[in-house]
Amino acid sequence: MDVFAPLQFLADWLTYGVFQRGTLLASAVNFFIFDTAKIFLLLAVIIFAVSYVRTYLPPEKTRAFLAGKSLLASHVLAALIGVITPFCSCSAVPLFLGFVEAGVPLGVTFTFLVSSPMVNEVALVLLFGLFGWKITAIYIVAGLLVAIVSGLVIGRMKVEWLLEPIAMRAVRQAELPEMTRRERIGYAWEYMRDIVSKVWPYVVVGVGLGAWIHGYVPADFLATYAGTDRWYAVPLAVLTGIPLYSNAAGVIPLVSALHEKGVAMGTVLAFMMSVTALSLPEFMILKKVMKVRLIVIFAATVGSGIVLVGYLFNWLIRS
Amino acid sequence: MNIQVLGSGCPTCKRLYEATQKIADELGLGKVDYETDIQKLLDLGLMQSPVLAIDGIPVAVGNVPSPARIKELLIVGSGK
Repeated sequence: MDVFAPLQFLADWLTYGVFQRGTLLASAVNFFIFDTAKIFLLLAVIIFAVSYVRTYLPPEKTRAFLAGKSLLASHVLAALIGVITPFCSCSAVPLFLGFVEAGVPLGVTFTFLVSSPMVNEVALVLLFGLFGWKITAIYIVAGLLVAIVSGLVIGRMKVEWLLEPIAMRAVRQAELPEMTRRERIGYAWEYMRDIVSKVWPYVVVGVGLGAWIHGYVPADFLATYAGTDRWYAVPLAVLTGIPLYSNAAGVIPLVSALHEKGVAMGTVLAFMMSVTALSLPEFMILKKVMKVRLIVIFAATVGSGIVLVGYLFNWLIRS
Repeated sequence: MNIQVLGSGCPTCKRLYEATQKIADELGLGKVDYETDIQKLLDLGLMQSPVLAIDGIPVAVGNVPSPARIKELLIVGSGK
């Protein structure tokens, strides 16, 4: 049974009480109500659950698992830790320094730095809501792969000397506030409310665009544009994404509009990855802790990874 | 009592600082110290931003608690 059936019922009831069934307007309004309700419900439940789990696995604790090992397994673990770590870029530098100072290898730290803003629960819920589970699964796998491979490549380059001199000190074990179950639930609840209150306009705009296109743009309109994808579309999308800075929620309306306009799925996913994982403001912040050359190496490695992923998807998802 | 907000200077950190200062004013607890030097945060062994610390002990890490929760933390910390 479809868990969203009650929402569909609600959307039908709201829509067809006002509009005549079968009209374009009714269909667009119905789609809008159902999809917004579905995405908000998913966002609330998933962010709450992930935040609750996170209270048991703060990065201050997980870094101990990663210290001193540059095995493939530590890269995989770093990428996964990146998924549950909050996607606020304000933590990028303290997380980076916290890892490096604790003796986590540079490559493993980069894996984390790439995966954290790119693959997170908010991005996944929005992708699922707008494109379905297949695209979401592909995005997760591709995002983790880009993060793991980029980290492995940078680790191989032995570029530790390009870090700004960081006082390597004995890392103090954090005295994290002890949390009772009530406090964990409180934290998860507040975190969820905070994120939902920040991302809701993007959700409404994203779904609204989708609903409008769903109802009003004829199918053959898309077909005429779907053929316009050129070989340079993917690298162009990735380059365009670097100066643009946004979190995953902000870029989703744009991504859904581009896709509906007939831009290939691989190209739009590459665009989304580039916007979230590579950003000029983040480079500026990272400049405090590493030489420009290392930032260029970082951007080039991750950028090439994303371009490859974009081509791969365009080739895989030929529809 | 020393109330500190530590962060990387990002908008979220500023929001926590402003919320905390407002509540500290209400409770008559004086100035909140706003620290944007990341090294200070790392010195506490922490990696997430922002942090609310009372007398050097972190009481909220990596999020902006609700005003009610901040108030609770400040009251407990001040021993009032």
